[in-house]
Amino acid sequence: MELGQVVVRATGIEKYFGDHHVLRGIDLEVRAHETVMLVGRSGSGKTTMLRCLNFLEEPTVGVVEIDGVRVEADPLHARSRRHQEQIRQIRLRAGMLFQDFNLFPHMTVLQNCIEAPTRVKRVPKREAVATAERFLEKVGLIEKRDEHPSRLSGGQKQRAAIARALCMEPKVLMFDEPTSALDPELVGEVLKTMEELAHEGSTMIVVTHEMSFAREAADRVIYLDEGRIVEEGPPEQVLDAPREELTQQFLRRFLRDTGA
Amino acid sequence: MTSEGISGRDDRIVQRVQAAERAALKWFRIKVALVWIGLVATLVLVLYLADEIDLEWTATWGPLILDGARTTILLTVISIVLAVMLAVLGALGRLSSNPVAYGVASLYVSLVRGTPLLVQISFLYLALPQLGVVIPAFESGVIALSFNYGAYLTEIFRAGIQAVPAGQREAAQALGMHERHVMRRIVLPQAVRIVIPAIGNDFIAMIKDSALVSTIAVQELLWRAERAGRQSLNSLQALLVAALVYWVLTIIFSFFQERLERRMARGDR
Repeated sequence: MELGQVVVRATGIEKYFGDHHVLRGIDLEVRAHETVMLVGRSGSGKTTMLRCLNFLEEPTVGVVEIDGVRVEADPLHARSRRHQEQIRQIRLRAGMLFQDFNLFPHMTVLQNCIEAPTRVKRVPKREAVATAERFLEKVGLIEKRDEHPSRLSGGQKQRAAIARALCMEPKVLMFDEPTSALDPELVGEVLKTMEELAHEGSTMIVVTHEMSFAREAADRVIYLDEGRIVEEGPPEQVLDAPREELTQQFLRRFLRDTGA
Repeated sequence: MTSEGISGRDDRIVQRVQAAERAALKWFRIKVALVWIGLVATLVLVLYLADEIDLEWTATWGPLILDGARTTILLTVISIVLAVMLAVLGALGRLSSNPVAYGVASLYVSLVRGTPLLVQISFLYLALPQLGVVIPAFESGVIALSFNYGAYLTEIFRAGIQAVPAGQREAAQALGMHERHVMRRIVLPQAVRIVIPAIGNDFIAMIKDSALVSTIAVQELLWRAERAGRQSLNSLQALLVAALVYWVLTIIFSFFQERLERRMARGDR
């Protein structure tokens, strides 16, 4: 798929947790239809980076622009109404998937999918239901539409969460280790759904430990270490022939530990 | 691993062990029931031998006392509903970053939990008229009980709201929901499920605490029993009846509360 305009642009992102310098000046651009995967050791800052993009973590310094909405980090006035509204505009354009799914347990799968469209975007209910059914069909869960999340397997929960995110028709989907909480035999169905989305031209940013998945589905892989981008490029370069010593070390250790 | 033949025998052993466990539990319950019956029968016998059981008295005065149970239940139901509403507001205040909301809520909790319920009841009914504020007895009772229990439930609701996983709030925010929407539609409904058993407990506790409003002449169960006891010069009989009614009420509501609790534990979480 041809890459399009820049959808996500993050510039000079720095993040401190107290004295701990987690992100040290990250620049990131993601174009329409592109699938970018963030890899790195745990503690390298990749999850924090993703959470900074939709301000679930307020960056200490930096600018995030998604689909034309530009928000400058403002930790001193993070609670101001204007800033919160800008952040909300970013969030409306960026769907987020979590490690532990975070479906709303007191709602059915369908209610999970239409809650935000009907009450945030004010889409008429009938229309929201039709959209939700379309996406539930797509992720293979249409027959579970009236179940509560507790009745779903982990893989089904994550697919339902994907459908919920898609219902907001976001410009970019952001996945935070979407398969890390799953039993090994359930990982495949989620990765398959994500791969389909990638092939259909969704714009995606994925934090992952699944190297073979990154090799297959990523357009670009970014290797982070200690809050910096060490290396980025197509998967065959970064994962198979990394130039940087740090990336080589990481992949060696990773291959040894997983035996993959 | 056992071979198939042995595992066939294992099955029978497992079944026998399970049956023995069930039987033991059943016998335990039967024995407990016998102990209860024995103790209560002894109590009744002692009273009977002391010639303090007077069925004729109960037939005369019983209905009058029992009528007070209606007031007790009405008082408790209204108060617990108001207490829950106060508790939601209180909990939101205690979790607010707004200093006014936090200040009001924390002072409320501190003040109410730091003074006796009996003092609060008396203050409303006896002290406020001095300031020109006259509140009828029943209403005074309702206000005192609901404010008092509201303060305790505030802390329970606060804990319940904090017990909702942070990921729930994050997922809702990530979908672009406003703070208020996140709280009302995502966090509070889950918090309520968490605190419903505690509300049930407090309801049962309040049935008994409501006896305190007899001091300001609300004609509930205890007030009527005391009155009947004085008039008939048989306080023992009257208080016995009142105690029995409280006991039966709590048993009835405990039964519903346990069922509700079990349903919540099973529920779709």
